Amino acid sequence: MTRFLCKRLIMMMVTMLCASFLVFAVCEFSPGSVARKSLGPFATQQQVDLLSKKLRATDPLPVRYSRWLGVLLGLIPDPLQAPDSGLNFNDPRGAQYFGNFGYSTLNKLPVNDVIWNRLKNTAVLAGLAFALIVPLSIIFGILSGLKEGGALDRFLSVICITFTSIPEFASGVFLVTLFVILWPLLPGTSQLDPGSGWSIPSQLVLPVAVLVIYDFGYVARMIRVSMIGVMERPFIRTAVLKGMNTRQVIFGHALRNAMIAPFTVLLLQINFLVSGVVVTELVFAYPGFGRLLLDASLFGDIATLEAATLVTVAIAVTTQLVGDLGYMLLDPRIRVK
Amino acid sequence: MNMEVRNAQRPASQLDLSNGIPCTAQEPLLQIHDLRIEFRGKDETVVAVPGLSLDVMRGESYGLVGESGCGKSTTAMAILGYLGRTGAVTNGSIRFDGEELVGASPRQLRKVRGRRIAMVYQDPMSALNPVRTIGAQLAEVPRIHLGTGRAQALEMARAMLRDVRLPDAGDMLKRYPHQLSGGQQQRVVIAMALLARPSLLLLDEPTTGLDVTVEAAVLDLIAELRHRYQTSLLFISHNLGLIAESCDRLGIMYSGELVEEGATGEIFRRPRHPYTQGLIACIPDVDSDKHSRSLAAIPGHIPLPQERPQGCLFGPRCDGFVAGSCDRVDLKPDEVEPGHQVKCARWRDFSRREEAAVVVPDGDRDAGDAICLTNVTKLYGTSRGRSLKANEAVTFSVKEAEIVALVGESGCGKSTLARIVTGLDQATSGQIRLADRNIAELQARARPKKLLQSVQMIFQNPDSTLNPSHSAAFSIRRSLIKFGIRKGKAAVDRRVRELLEMVRLNPDLAERKPEQLSGGQKQRIAIARAFAADPSLIVADEPVSALDVSVQAAVVTLLLDIQRANKTTMLFISHDLALVRHVADKVVVMYLGKVMEQGTVAEIFGGAAHPYTQALLSSIRSTDPDRSKAAHIQLRGEMPSPVDVPRGCRFATRCHRKLGICEQEAPPLRRLSSSHEILCHIDPTAGQTVSDGATRSADITREPAND
Repeated sequence: MTRFLCKRLIMMMVTMLCASFLVFAVCEFSPGSVARKSLGPFATQQQVDLLSKKLRATDPLPVRYSRWLGVLLGLIPDPLQAPDSGLNFNDPRGAQYFGNFGYSTLNKLPVNDVIWNRLKNTAVLAGLAFALIVPLSIIFGILSGLKEGGALDRFLSVICITFTSIPEFASGVFLVTLFVILWPLLPGTSQLDPGSGWSIPSQLVLPVAVLVIYDFGYVARMIRVSMIGVMERPFIRTAVLKGMNTRQVIFGHALRNAMIAPFTVLLLQINFLVSGVVVTELVFAYPGFGRLLLDASLFGDIATLEAATLVTVAIAVTTQLVGDLGYMLLDPRIRVK
Repeated sequence: MNMEVRNAQRPASQLDLSNGIPCTAQEPLLQIHDLRIEFRGKDETVVAVPGLSLDVMRGESYGLVGESGCGKSTTAMAILGYLGRTGAVTNGSIRFDGEELVGASPRQLRKVRGRRIAMVYQDPMSALNPVRTIGAQLAEVPRIHLGTGRAQALEMARAMLRDVRLPDAGDMLKRYPHQLSGGQQQRVVIAMALLARPSLLLLDEPTTGLDVTVEAAVLDLIAELRHRYQTSLLFISHNLGLIAESCDRLGIMYSGELVEEGATGEIFRRPRHPYTQGLIACIPDVDSDKHSRSLAAIPGHIPLPQERPQGCLFGPRCDGFVAGSCDRVDLKPDEVEPGHQVKCARWRDFSRREEAAVVVPDGDRDAGDAICLTNVTKLYGTSRGRSLKANEAVTFSVKEAEIVALVGESGCGKSTLARIVTGLDQATSGQIRLADRNIAELQARARPKKLLQSVQMIFQNPDSTLNPSHSAAFSIRRSLIKFGIRKGKAAVDRRVRELLEMVRLNPDLAERKPEQLSGGQKQRIAIARAFAADPSLIVADEPVSALDVSVQAAVVTLLLDIQRANKTTMLFISHDLALVRHVADKVVVMYLGKVMEQGTVAEIFGGAAHPYTQALLSSIRSTDPDRSKAAHIQLRGEMPSPVDVPRGCRFATRCHRKLGICEQEAPPLRRLSSSHEILCHIDPTAGQTVSDGATRSADITREPAND
């Protein structure tokens, strides 16, 4: 088991390295130079060339990537923060420390000052949504999978499919119309500003609702299919013919088997909730991680983009590991010896 | 000594007396009267069982026999009130111990299920929940029905596991189903069924899919436990021979109704219904080979419920069908003698059909070797530098137009050998000479087309080997085109028709999808596909083990006919020794990757010299209830892991004739005749009185030491 975990941790590191290199390469190959993007459209070509030289942006890609990695690991000082660069970037933490993601050209702040706060906001949003999606989808999935084609199944399936097929912006606008305009119970934007007159919890209600409505139906459908399959398996018949009642059969034999297949799908929702909720964040002007990622990539803020990517990739590989461990917990057949 | 020799058969008349239950129990334990079971679809209603009546007495073992689709399992499910959402009992009654089960409330049913009527299922692996421990699954039964606490329930489970002879019951409780072998899983299912001490046990093909040795052990166990727990049995099977020893009375079921019912001995001695006679005639038995008897298949197939004929349901498949008497609607069961009923208009006209005898002339035995295996070894590397020995120094040869059977329990390496011969895998060392080439390490993709064409395979499960989205003829046609057997569309199509006719299929079936074909038809397609390439060698891996006995007889007879006509060499892999007796010219017995004994059919079945072969042979159930029974040799324990092969003789851990030397030294190869050899320390010529071939002096060749 320890060996397995070590192996997996090493694999996670390798995955993150590859992902960071890819993002770096793609960004560097995209049109426009880093210097041009940093200085904006009105800088003269001379200024741009000067900055490019200062940034050593003319170096080959592998050299620049190694330099970025060196800065991140705290092996070398960030050249952008050097006083002679004329960029006036300075990080109160210093120019050389472990975990230095560099300087955000978009926010004119060290990346570390930008991303963690945003990540925390998104974690709150995603965590609340996930905490609702899991039980809701399990209940809906199990109930409708119990009797395929039954009245309950059809009723719940209609709800799930309808909710899933409404785009987030549409349900967002719809909910805003209902609860902000018609019955002004909740705020229309959720900037997480305590001074806006709305409490933080009330600001979270609508974004969380939009995410749950959009996402839980999909997961519930997955669980439903899995449950239908499990209910047809012979060991369910064994359980019924042992004299167990429906509740005992579901909780004792069906549920755990039915959760094996959708477990990955469930965990994938975490990735979606962390990085893919841009639309919801835009609708509610929510200061989240997805919006940061979007802004950074539009502006070409490579340092922020790299940091954000590393964080999302880290979350993705971690959920994958958790998924594998969860599989082992659920299904003894794939436990490592 | 790990030998257990018991007299497995008790006279049927003593059964009721032996467990102290009065034979004159007036009220049957289970009384099914005029039962009608329907399945209601959207468009049509299918009557699975039109009107079935049968009684199971207290302490009795009742066998319900019939081909797949005759409604026997449906009847069992109806007894437990488990027919799904579409199924319903629409008429008749099922009285169990004085209580009516038809229309019982869910609450009432739950009190009966598992507590008073329990079930043993066909496929134990799928009948057990894969994610829960054996202990948890067993303990549920007393917890639900007897209201015992967790600890006490586990203690009961442990005791029951000991009763079903599972080793190390305490450890077994913590294991998961996938960590057990098929035989152990079935013992667990039996233990689960017996935990609440039910008075009726339903057994739905409990040994299908198990090895012969395991099958024999499971049947013995059921017979023993039945007496200890005084349980009545309703034993469901398609194989009449299999349950002959286990049942007091038999009911022969055909298309949802009983066609004959009577005491087991009576049915076997004087079967009255032509269908019963057909079922008995199609079972291969160990006393006759292909030169003395050909298996009589029942022509045609069981009618679909929607297509039941008028009058006698068996009429369309019966030789003795006479219009006017057999198609009368008011056909009623007739009493042959007290307790023996038959539903046949003309039973008085039928005596038992004589089997077609001596049909096949013995072929030319001086032919050259078609394929010759020398020291074929296959190792699979496992973790930490250890290796799994799938085959070790396998040596035998097959003459042209000869059928050599490879037998042995699951995991003995017979399928690996088949994969190597066909090129799906490659040998680690050794030689396989086919047409002057060594093909041992030549995988299929490296083989020239000519060689690929000359070796074809017939697989075990026709359901999974035919592509469900292609027509039946697709694979035959592709084989013809790929190997260039025929050129041009017209010629190919003509050859497809010829091949289909060769396997006695209506060429109109060619464009059907596999799902529209029966199991036997699918296997015929598979045979036609294999022969399409005009192969010189056919490797048949358990080609009929997934089929009903009646269908099996037809397919085997067909396969033998085609093989003889084409002079094809065949490697026939099977665990059914009675069938092997019927099919093969030569037998190779394998255990844990090594050949234990080989010889001609007469040598092996007439005087097997190796203890393992003797054990395999003794596990064959006889279909003749009058024949004096040889004592069963029960093999103890499980086959050792092929990663940890025992040091001396690999069979020593389970051998009932083990000597001191067996665990220390690898046994020598003894030659008993030019064709018969064994790998054993016991010299059959030295007064051990086993073999009739033992009068010859044995040639001892030292086996090369294991590396």
